[in-house]
Amino acid sequence: MSDLHKLTGAYAVDALDDIERARFEQHLRECDDCRAEVAELRETAALLADAVATPPPAALRESVLAGVAQVRPLPPEVPVIAPAHRHAVEPAGRRRGWVPFLVAAALALIVGIGAAVTQPWASDDDVPRLTAAEQILQAPDAEHVSVDLGDAGRATVTRSKSADKAVITTEDMTAAPAGKAYELWFIDGDSFTSAGLMPDVADQTVVLEGAAGKAAAVGITVEPESGSTQPTSDPIAVFDLTQAT
Amino acid sequence: MEHVRPVPDGAPQEGAPSGGNDAARLAGLLGQAALGDQAAFAEFYDATSARAYGLALRVVRNPAHAEEVTQEAYLDAWRSSARYDAERGSAAGWLLTIVHRKAVDRVRSVEAATARDETWNRESAPIDHDQTSEAAHASLEATRVRNAVATLTDVQRQAVELTYFGGYTHTEVATMLDVPLGTAKTRIRDGLIRLRDLMGVAS
Repeated sequence: MSDLHKLTGAYAVDALDDIERARFEQHLRECDDCRAEVAELRETAALLADAVATPPPAALRESVLAGVAQVRPLPPEVPVIAPAHRHAVEPAGRRRGWVPFLVAAALALIVGIGAAVTQPWASDDDVPRLTAAEQILQAPDAEHVSVDLGDAGRATVTRSKSADKAVITTEDMTAAPAGKAYELWFIDGDSFTSAGLMPDVADQTVVLEGAAGKAAAVGITVEPESGSTQPTSDPIAVFDLTQAT
Repeated sequence: MEHVRPVPDGAPQEGAPSGGNDAARLAGLLGQAALGDQAAFAEFYDATSARAYGLALRVVRNPAHAEEVTQEAYLDAWRSSARYDAERGSAAGWLLTIVHRKAVDRVRSVEAATARDETWNRESAPIDHDQTSEAAHASLEATRVRNAVATLTDVQRQAVELTYFGGYTHTEVATMLDVPLGTAKTRIRDGLIRLRDLMGVAS
């Protein structure tokens, strides 16, 4: 952990790559010293902007103010009802830390609703139903390729050509940086086709969206949380399906 | 047209030493913006836009991209103005953090490194503060910043400037400066800590 403390400076000037940033943000939630140091170093770095101050074109003022007129300011963050001991530690600093939790809770809720809805149909059928992911994972022609993401975890892509589908399974995968999401891609030569966004969960099994049968590889990139139609950054992992076994 | 200097009516001169009053005024303006006060936000813009645009321009280099980055950052600032907490830092620092992040995201995604690598030449184009200040708005604050930067060691200064103004990662900087991986990140931190102490930034 002591090594992470030294990343305050690089974090304050946005000099970490996406994975490092995600790890460090996780650390920040638990390290008061680093949070305080990051705040000071960001403040310091911002002073450097004084040395490059350049009046913007007058038209920019008009467009900013015109844009502002069409956007409603977000409400303030209101305290979340939290376990007492967390509140006691540092309410203000903790608030941010709850956001991933809330997202996870919301996802759990969605999954829960889905399960409740599908439940009645299951009882009509004596044969145990396999989920879409299980069908691919258990397909006779399932082939796997794993990538070790180092500190960021481990992930395996499984494809069934007969099902024309692929599924990704992650273990201990670091959350995407704040405001970002992991996006999956089918790669064929230079062509990238989006296969959907990954939920922000460390251990998960996700079916990739779209036809997987002909893809040469699957990639993961870090994208804005709404996703991209084409990758905007280099993949953090590439699963070479031609090497799958 | 891109170099026309706007003279906002009655706008306070930007770049004045940022004393406590100025910081309190900016924080107050953001507070009003959070309540939907567009005039207060316009005032906030006038007091900070040269720094915001100058920073964006320095990082992304292309004036049209710098304008987009600056505009996006101000819209974000307006949208999230209620979430600014004066106890955690100055309003200008908060805004410039947003600008910087957007500028860095822009260079990293748009250029995919190739264009920047071509323009970067360690032998002939070291990033020095005299060069970066060419178009800068002269001010007491800018002089104070440059004097502080001048006291850094070469590696500290280059590491800070390549990351903050160049938008490079600490890993890239280690390669560019030909220092071990761990060294770049400690130099960035050491350099910033020295600047913090010299310029009296306290939490």
